[in-house]
Amino acid sequence: MKKKGVGMACVLHPTGNKGAGDPSNAAIQLKPDGTLVLLVGAVDLGQGSTTILRQFAADLMEVPIENIYASNFADDFAPLSLGSFASRVTLIDPHAVENAAEDLKKKIREYASDLLEAHPDDLEYKDGKVFVKGAPDRSMTLAEVGGASMFGGGADPALLVGTGAWQPARFHAHDPVTGEMPAVGAISFGCCVVEIEVDTETGVVDVTKMTQVWEVGKAVNPLLVRQQITGGTHCGLGTALIENAYPYYPDAAWAPHNLSDYALPTFMDYPDEFKWGYAEVPHPMGVKGAKGFSEGSTNGPPPAIMAAIHDAIGVWIDEYPATPEVVLRALEAKG
Amino acid sequence: MTEYVGKAMPRYDGIGQVKGQTKFVDDFILPGMLYAKAVRSPVHKGVIHGVDFTAAARVPGVIGFVTADDIPGARLFGACGDQPVLADQYTAYKGEDIALVVAADEDACAEALEKVKLDIEEQEPVFDMFEAMKPGAPLVRPNLKSNLWEYGPDMTTRVMYLGDVEKGFAEADYIVEGRYQTGEQDHAAMEPMVSVAYFDEADRLVIHTHSQCLYFQLGQLAGIFNLPMSRIRYKGGVVGGGFGGKNHIHADHLAGLAAIKFKRPVKYRMSRREDLLYSTKRGVFILEYKTGVKKDGRLTANHIKLWHDAGAYGGFSPYGVEKCSMFASGPYHIPNTRVDGQCVLTNKAGSSSMRGFTIMNGQFPMEMQMAKIATELGMDQWELRFINAWRDGDMGVSRYVVRGAGALEAMTEAAKLAGIELPDRLLAMSSRGR
Amino acid sequence: MKQILSFTLNGSPVDVVVTPTETLLDVLREKLGVTGPKRGCDDGDCGACTVLLDGEPVRSCLTIALTVNGRDVLTVEGLGVNGDLHPLQKAFHEHGAFQCGFCTPGMLMSAKALLDHNPNPSRTEIREYMSGNLCRCGSYEEVIEAIQAVAAGEYKE
Repeated sequence: MKKKGVGMACVLHPTGNKGAGDPSNAAIQLKPDGTLVLLVGAVDLGQGSTTILRQFAADLMEVPIENIYASNFADDFAPLSLGSFASRVTLIDPHAVENAAEDLKKKIREYASDLLEAHPDDLEYKDGKVFVKGAPDRSMTLAEVGGASMFGGGADPALLVGTGAWQPARFHAHDPVTGEMPAVGAISFGCCVVEIEVDTETGVVDVTKMTQVWEVGKAVNPLLVRQQITGGTHCGLGTALIENAYPYYPDAAWAPHNLSDYALPTFMDYPDEFKWGYAEVPHPMGVKGAKGFSEGSTNGPPPAIMAAIHDAIGVWIDEYPATPEVVLRALEAKG
Repeated sequence: MTEYVGKAMPRYDGIGQVKGQTKFVDDFILPGMLYAKAVRSPVHKGVIHGVDFTAAARVPGVIGFVTADDIPGARLFGACGDQPVLADQYTAYKGEDIALVVAADEDACAEALEKVKLDIEEQEPVFDMFEAMKPGAPLVRPNLKSNLWEYGPDMTTRVMYLGDVEKGFAEADYIVEGRYQTGEQDHAAMEPMVSVAYFDEADRLVIHTHSQCLYFQLGQLAGIFNLPMSRIRYKGGVVGGGFGGKNHIHADHLAGLAAIKFKRPVKYRMSRREDLLYSTKRGVFILEYKTGVKKDGRLTANHIKLWHDAGAYGGFSPYGVEKCSMFASGPYHIPNTRVDGQCVLTNKAGSSSMRGFTIMNGQFPMEMQMAKIATELGMDQWELRFINAWRDGDMGVSRYVVRGAGALEAMTEAAKLAGIELPDRLLAMSSRGR
Repeated sequence: MKQILSFTLNGSPVDVVVTPTETLLDVLREKLGVTGPKRGCDDGDCGACTVLLDGEPVRSCLTIALTVNGRDVLTVEGLGVNGDLHPLQKAFHEHGAFQCGFCTPGMLMSAKALLDHNPNPSRTEIREYMSGNLCRCGSYEEVIEAIQAVAAGEYKE
């Protein structure tokens, strides 16, 4: 017999590490032809950190994005990012990029002041050009500044690299009595709604429809926001219904040998209908209000699915995964 | 003025992925490259008396072996600095790295591994957290005071509290209790653990890594190799899926040690089987909740006791207990909250960060509690969440102040997309205040 | 005992010395420098090694190299035409049908075989056909969308 159920869950995910002391750096170099190189420390795991940081850099340097080459390949000279974990990069690394951009713009104004015969404070940087306030035809393009600085000759040479670093706060340890501990940088919020069908003979739970929405501060790149919502659902579905191996914990022989022992969700395990969305409450700590959230989409499905199972067959399953065996045993216990 | 932030744009580095051109660590195949495989502990716990490589050395293609005695620098690594790079005195989990076989190809390594003789005195292990916590339980490894992690002198419970839970329970009309277990999981990234190491033309050690956090790990590696950071070219930036598993060093230290000893390029690769069995996992949490609520749906108290199975070494688990504790009450305003958390060692492969690191382990039981409470009260599930969701200025159990609260916004949009009509009195609520 | 394996790889003839136990995946990656197909598991569970053998998707990790003698092998490196991306590659890029990219070469080969056999597959048919390709980053929805977009003619070769 197939029984239907509906469930919802409201969850959070913190972005950044507890206790702060969670830094990232960035650097932006001006090339002789006016194009820019953005160097970031964040490792792109596929979540698109390089892509979004380049978007920030383009806005901050006010240039067409095609003029920016970005790299996260750490090697001899590489900025630090503490790591691509704790969903921290979207909250923290844009600040480093912002500081690097401000630093580079300041250096550009200082360099150009000599050639434009003006005081740096009388120069303005806008849309990839530096010019004298009130006399916009006394200007230099990024290519002109870059060319002059790189080759010197009639001008003094300079290496124009803007650098930036940032962290939410200095580290401090927790209070040993109350446990008080500085918060992580920001928190994102998610809601997952599912419709399921439980087969009471086999114990199989089929998720027929899922809706998952995350409140992300600012959706820096909606294509990537979507990827993280549909993507985190993979771990969420696997967690809720599939991922385990026999013998069960705490037997140390819990020993999956291959991906058939430890099965992962396939195309067939995803819901027939998947809706995703986002909301934006600009966060005071984020650049343009942005914060991370990507891990969070894993958190929503398990409790939503368990709530739906209760709705369908009246049993509370207080562990996961709710494999067919677990569901059947719960039905048996219920009587 | 450009406005790229907010725009849906394809991946900047995406063309390489769709062309199959992007080079992942395993795609580095160098001339004269050797392969290393690990000699692993066959027992869950024991004393290592010796390793005999004599028969293995005769296998054609075998170049040599790496043991702890070959380590130029620090012999311990890991986020807590307590894990042996290569176990030589004791072993604390089945599969623990004891030595490396280095050969011309992996087939020769496999043959050699079968011929390595290990002299290990097996000891009684402990797998269950609650057994491990009992006084007199076998210690997971030598030189421990107990199997409980110490957060301060003689402090093995990490406590956080806000208000007074007993007072909160006294104010409650209903109390709901539950005991929850969150399962053991593997990251199962499509790319198994692998590392390639070699010396470049300036005699600097190059390591191709899939680390998620190069600087987090570079210091540990520099310590193990006894090399200054400027003599290590730690090249990363391409990861075939991380999910937290690649925050812990699995392969770079071993490839590096083999390259240092044999002065040739070395690839150390874990098979999927090794990755599933021996790489770090998401360790189990067991959580007991006692939640108090008034008839009108307002939560008054939440007392959580939680235990986290760290495996044999600390790793990120002590931090994980703290992170879980901070958020295990979900996005809800509960004026009286207390969390007692313990981090427990057992004879299993270590637990490390995994997507939703310890947060999922707290959101799951809290939402189960909320679902049960709503059912008990005969209240709509959405209403219970809307009433209690954080507003700006609310305080979490570790006394941070919430800013930019957005639970109501997430729920409102989700309900709309799911075709669920929420009553006006809920939609009129605001995250900006009560 | 080593033998010479001759086959067509991405449209060009190739000869390589192999042993009887080497798999097609071993030979492609270690001997021919074709590293698009990936080694994601040991048993043919994940699909990251998928290539097309005479137009059919196979697990190259389970295919003994000598069995492809005289036959046609296509990997992701051979998908494009004259340096241009294949419509599936363009669609995957624009629809975000990958994240880390490790499963992508195998995913693309299965997708190509699907559309070669069934130019207008339903959502259910896509899910069934592609279910042997695992993606831990969870890009399934986007893959389905990309395949549907190519089937609908939104990307011309």
